[in-house]
This record gives sequence, structure tokens and C-alpha cells, in this order.
Amino acid sequence: MKRLVISLAVAASVLFTGAAEAANVTLLNVSYDPTRELYKDLNAAFAAQWKAKAGDVVTINMSHGGSGAQSRAIIDGLDADVATLALAYDIDAISQKANLLPASWQKRLPQNSTPYTSTIVFLVRKGNPWHVKDWPDLVKPGISVVTPNPKTSGGARWSYLAAWAYAEKAPGGNFEKAKAFVANLYHHVPVLDTGARGATTTFAQRGIGDVLLSWENEAHLALQEAGGEKYQIVYPSNSILAEPPVAVIDKNVDRHGTRKVAEAYLQFLYTPQAQEIEAKDFYRPRDQAILAAHHAQFPSLPLYTIDEVFGGWTKAQQVHFSDGGMFDQIYKPGP
Amino acid sequence: MTGRPRAATEDHPLVKFALCAIAIGFIALFLVMPLATVFSEALAQGWRMAFDALAEPDALAAIRLTLIVAAIAVPCNMVFGLAASWAIAKFDFRGKNLLITLIDIPFSVSPVVAGLVYVLIFGLQGWLGQWLRDHDIKIVFALPGIVLATIFVTFPFVARELIPLMADQGRDEEEAAVSLGASGWSTFFRVTLPNVKWALLYGVLLCNARAMGEFGAVSVVSGHIRGLTNTMPLHVEVLYNDYQYVGAFAVASVLALLALVTLALKSLLEWQFAGEIAASHHH
Amino acid sequence: MSLAATAVPPPRIRSRSALPGFGLAMGFTLFYLGLIVLIPLAALIIRPWSLGFSGFWAEITAPRVLAALRLSFGASAVAAAVNSVFGFIVAWVLVRYRFPGKRLIDALVDLPFALPTAVAGIALSALYAGNGWIGRPLGHLGIKIAYTPYGVIVALIFIGLPFVVRTLQPVLADLNRDSEEAAATLGATRFQTFRRVILPMLAPTLLTGTAMAFARAVGEYGSVIFIAGNLPMVSEITPLLIIIKLQEYDYAGAAAVGVVMLAVSFIFLLALNALQAWAASRR
Repeated sequence: MKRLVISLAVAASVLFTGAAEAANVTLLNVSYDPTRELYKDLNAAFAAQWKAKAGDVVTINMSHGGSGAQSRAIIDGLDADVATLALAYDIDAISQKANLLPASWQKRLPQNSTPYTSTIVFLVRKGNPWHVKDWPDLVKPGISVVTPNPKTSGGARWSYLAAWAYAEKAPGGNFEKAKAFVANLYHHVPVLDTGARGATTTFAQRGIGDVLLSWENEAHLALQEAGGEKYQIVYPSNSILAEPPVAVIDKNVDRHGTRKVAEAYLQFLYTPQAQEIEAKDFYRPRDQAILAAHHAQFPSLPLYTIDEVFGGWTKAQQVHFSDGGMFDQIYKPGP
Repeated sequence: MTGRPRAATEDHPLVKFALCAIAIGFIALFLVMPLATVFSEALAQGWRMAFDALAEPDALAAIRLTLIVAAIAVPCNMVFGLAASWAIAKFDFRGKNLLITLIDIPFSVSPVVAGLVYVLIFGLQGWLGQWLRDHDIKIVFALPGIVLATIFVTFPFVARELIPLMADQGRDEEEAAVSLGASGWSTFFRVTLPNVKWALLYGVLLCNARAMGEFGAVSVVSGHIRGLTNTMPLHVEVLYNDYQYVGAFAVASVLALLALVTLALKSLLEWQFAGEIAASHHH
Repeated sequence: MSLAATAVPPPRIRSRSALPGFGLAMGFTLFYLGLIVLIPLAALIIRPWSLGFSGFWAEITAPRVLAALRLSFGASAVAAAVNSVFGFIVAWVLVRYRFPGKRLIDALVDLPFALPTAVAGIALSALYAGNGWIGRPLGHLGIKIAYTPYGVIVALIFIGLPFVVRTLQPVLADLNRDSEEAAATLGATRFQTFRRVILPMLAPTLLTGTAMAFARAVGEYGSVIFIAGNLPMVSEITPLLIIIKLQEYDYAGAAAVGVVMLAVSFIFLLALNALQAWAASRR
């Protein structure tokens, strides 16, 4: 009995003292869904570098979820030092609704504050039984497409806009035709998860759907997880340049006294070391040399930008994803 | 039951057999198979993998947080349950039934709504958000919010085990003690508490099981910071979404084991102390 | 444990209680109730009126909200109906028959109370997905459960079962067998006895248990979201819609739907109280 008590006490003390490392600085990075593996690697590299340079131990806590959901959580008071979300609008919202950082945040770091980019690709089952090659194949009768909810997921908004851009910019395309195409596409969607990762799980683990509209990085990761046996990636004839931006949340870092390390953390994402890690985790690095070194993994294809097709994120959000916007209109009639 | 021919109120053996088969089949399909799935998926790649998943710092942090939350929420509701049942069962006053209904509300409120109300109050855009921020007090997306949400969803568990029992027992014993000169507190601790101890334990057991397992309400107020604000059920979701199915089911199987222990203790209490648990359970 | 309000037997002593501590116990009860439950719920109820009544009405009659409400109430009703049949059989078998493993089954019935809903959710979705133990054979028959409204129903059956069984059990055990015997003596077949004598006697209790299962199912979140597929207008439950609205910055909309759910659960609670009073009077 006594021994049992002692061992229970030991177990309890182990359990309750786990977090007592000598952490000098703690950052909270609130990120979107598919960056789980990326920031695990980047955080370790940054912590090592910061220790060598400044001598401080930095611990970076992560929170992941749908980009819109994460943005909302920061607005509601989730104490993020940095936000690394899927698209600029979600950080704009933090600026507009909670005024935690200036509206000009995107000009503060190079290349629209996006150290890495990605795009939207198709993940299909091995052998591509539906012969999916390009966007129009996604509306074949009977095919089912998995993509998350554009209202809550950043990746889903990029996917939606990529499909729209294709249809609007195709020969003879216009706004109405694009709307009809995207509406048709969403009639083939059997599941609408709240985040990109949930959608990948649905497609990969649960075997739902014939095509997953996915971030390029997420598709590569799913491929890697399955050992390349079950799926393959299809690159459409064109897609969209997805820019997931990063920002320091000014009011929070000033309150925490973590501005210096937070800014260094984001600048670190642009260094060759970090860019190499980003490429390894299937994000397209901004560094052209490193991108070229990984060209086998990142085939080049024409990529529309949000500015050229949709006039920027604020407008795209307004037209397509606001209450009663295009997406709601497409969904109103029901399946 | 005896050697006599089948009594008029006994069912035909075939009917008995069929009904037993249906009942067992239904239980097997809807209760046993999901339970078996949890353990089988957790051990799909061997014990080693399952244990490694549990020894991970984030998993340990989730276990720690879950224990802390339960250790705060359960005693709070226990004290409340004792106070409420003392007031309701030992005294007569107007509006008693309304009070009982109000205590029951958290049972019928969706857990998601329970989380939402705290965000509406304590969130940065909520009633008290800015004031809390100015005073550097964290409620939502931190431990206090998780504890509050847990207290909300487990609010009535202890109270409703105690109220019917205490009402059933009446106040004769306590009044005798008081008339013999015992103080209120000593009457409570020497007379009332021993009379309801098993029911109290029973309520605490159920309260604890729900507190450790709550998902919806906690999910809304947690902020999902790994290693900090993820409870075990939330960590299950995180791992599930991280392609770590073995890990997800390993943590899930710890929770399932906890559920089984709860069931075993609960059954034990019911068999041993049926009369002393609650008038409403076993007449 | 059960969901409906506890029926409090009338106090045995008519005279005023001579016990001390009413002020303290009542004060604490009201304070705690107000702090944890009433004030937060008031915050919820006030929130959506920033939209004005027409805005509130437009919010809760939007097609997507209506579809979610329809699914939540429809699936809960179907699940409760299934549980009323199978729960009755399980309760009947547990009370009336002896068979090996009976105690185990009896204990297992409470599993859905004790198992965290998130664990139930991932287990059920692993079980019923196309590559799961149950999903695969059903898939060969062309039946899909996971990620369809049927998945919602399956999860809600899991959640609701104990309510029906646990409500029926004590009443069934107490059921006076004289009237059964009388019916048999008068020449009624066993089935006639069941239909004409037993069922009417149990009806109020069965209805109460079913209503509890229904009320619990309407608000359920954790176990459903993993298996539902979450497709707007098709398999999106109301609590999930609240979360989605919250994530879309639509606080007022989230609160509006939350208020509807709260109102429904409150009405249900009152109806259950009435039902239980009826059931008690019939016994």
C-alpha cells in the first residue's frame, strides 16, 4: 500500500511539473490548419538559432485551426503574438474588428508579408479512375469533390477562387459563367469540413470523394503519409497563387514585451535556412534559388493572383464570402 | 423461475430468447463495438506506439490540464450540490420547483451554447473583455474559461443526486440533533453527511466523468493552444487531425478506460448501497 | 443523472424547519447559480436583439438555419424513437429475465454517460466509415452511414439509449403483476396483456425517457461532428452551425440560434416536469 502511494505521488509529481522548463520567452503562434508540421520544424530551428544568438530560451506555442476560426479567436482575445494565417483577409479582420495591429500590416515584411506561397491542386485516388486532368473534369456527372467550408477555412477560399478564376479567365468566360461553374462544382461536394485538415482526413482516412481540392503542401503531405500508394496529385492547367501571410500582433506583443523576438521570428522565416525547411515541408519558398533546387516537387504552372482576378482580398471577401455573398447564393437552393 | 409450469405473467421461452438476443445485439452493435474500436485502433500498430503517443509532452500536458480542471470543477459543484440540497430538501419556501428547474437547465443546454455564453461575456469583444484585458486577466482561451465551461456542463450532477434523497430522509434526525444542542455545522457533518455519503460519491463520480470528458463547451473556449489549453478530449481531436490516428485513439482509450472504471465504480455503488443512493433510482 | 427535473416528495413535516443554515445555503445556491448559469444565459439572450426583432427573425428563418434545426430535431426524434423501442426491450430484458452476462449489460448501458463524446465520435466514425468494421459490409450493400444524416442518427442513438433504459428500469421493476395475472386469468393472450395492460401502465414513463433522450440529442455536439459530414443544408447540426457562425464573426447570429435552442430546451424541461408529474400520478 505504502509503495503504491509513493509511486502514485511520483507519477503525480512528474505529471504536474512537466511544464517547468526554464522558458525565458514564450510566443504564441496562432496558425491555420495545414501548417502543423511546418511550424514544428521551423520553431525548433528558430529556437536553436535564437539561443545561439541572443542566449534566451524561446518556447513557441502553437494553435491550429481553420484560418477564419483562428482569426476570430484572436479577435475574441486569444493571446497571439504572431498570426500566420491562410490569407490576408483574416489578418485584415483582426485589424478592423479588434484593432490589434495597423491596417498597413501587410507592408511591414517583404513580399506581402508572405515568406512562402502555395497553390491549389487536385488529389485523386491512385490511377486517377475519373481521369481528372483539369477544372472542368470536377463537374463530371457522378464525381464527388471534397473541399472544406469557405466560410471558415482559408484553403477552401483559395480553392473556390481558383475554380472561379479558371472559369472567368477561360476563353469566353465571364462572371456569370464562373458563378454557374462554381455552383455546379459545389453540387459535387458531399462533405464540407470546417478546416483543410478535416477535409484531408475525410478524403484520405475515411475514403470519401473522388477528388480533394487541396493546398499543394497538404496534398504532398497526404501523399507522403500514405507512402505514395493510394493517391496522386494532379496539377490543373492553371491555379491561383495562394499567399498565406504572417504578422506580429502589435498590441499583444507590446503587452507581453515580446516584440523583439516575435519580429525576429517572422524575419527568420525569410532566411535561407527557413526557406529550405519550408520547401521540405512542401511550401513554395520565396527564395528563387531554393525554389529552383526543389523544382521536381513544385512544377511551374500559370498562377492567377487575387489582385488581378478579384481586385484584392477585401473585395473578394465582400463579393464571395460575406453573408448573402456568392457562396451563400450558390448554396441557397440546396443540393 | 421455479419448477412450476410457466406462470401467466411469464413470457414464452422463445419470446424471451428473441428479446434477449435483440437486447444483447443492440448493446453489442451500439455500445460494445464503438468501445472495441477505440482499443483496437489504438493498438493497431502495437503497444509501443500507443505508449509513445501517451508519453508525448503535449499528451502529458493535456492529461495534466484535464486533471486540474476536474480537480477544480468537481469540488465547486460538490459544495454547490450540498448547499443547494440542504436549502431545498430541508426547508420549505416558495418557488422551490422553479429553483429546481433552473438548476436543471445546464443539462438541457447544448454544450456549444454553454461555451458561447462565456465567449460573449469574457471574450475581447464581450461585456467584460476590454476591462479584463486592461487588467491582464485571462478568462477565455485560458484555464479559468475552461474551468467555467466545465462547471457549467456538470453543474447539476451532484445536486440532483442529493436533493431527492435528502428530501426523502426528511429533517427529523437533524432537528433531534439540534434540539440536543449540536451546532448547525456539526449537525451537517455528523448527521446529514453520513446519511448521504454514498449518494454524494455517486454524484461526484458522474460529475467527474463528465468533467474529464467534456468536448463541445471546452472546445469553444479553449483556443486550442498545444501543450497549454488542450484537454484530453481536445487533444484527441488534434491528434486525429494530425494524421496521428494511433495517438488519437491511444489518448481516446485512456478516456475510455476512465469511462469503464467509472461504470464499474458506479455499478458497485448501485449494488452495494442501492437504498442509500437516491430515492429516484431504485424504489 | 437523468435529465428531467427531480420530483421532490412533499416534506414529511408540515411545521417550519427548526434547522439553521437556510440563509447561508440558499444564499450560496442563488449566488453560484446566478454566476455560473443565469447571468451568462442572460448575456446570450440579450445579444441577438442588436439585430432588432426583424433581424433576429430573419436570422433564425434563414434556410440554412431552418435546415439545421430540422436535422437536429428530426434526427433526434428518429433516434429517440429507435431508442424507445430498443431501450424498452433492453429494460424489459434486464428487469424480467435472467441470463448470463446480465450485470455486465446492465453496467454497460451507462457507457454513453461515461464515455467522452469526442471519443464516441471518432470511434463511431471509424466504425461506420467505408473502411470500418460496420461501414464496409454496409457499403457492399450500397448503404452509407458515416458522413450522411444517418450518421447523425447513429450517434444520437448512442447518446440517448441510457435515458430510456434508466427511466424505465425502476418503474418496470415496481410494476404490479396482479393486473397482468388478472388479464391472463381472463383469457388474454400474453401479447394482448402486453398491449392492453403493460404498455398503458408504462406509457408515461416510456414517454418521459424518450423525451429525455430527445432533449439530450438535440444539443449534442462532440459525438456528431466527427461522423456527420457537416454539409450545409444536409448534415449540419444546429450546434455546429452556432460554432460556424461564431467563426464567421457573426456573434449576433450565433447567439440568435443559441437563443432558439435555449428556448426549446427550456420548454422541453417544463414539459418533462409535467410529464413526470403525470407519470408519478399514474403509478
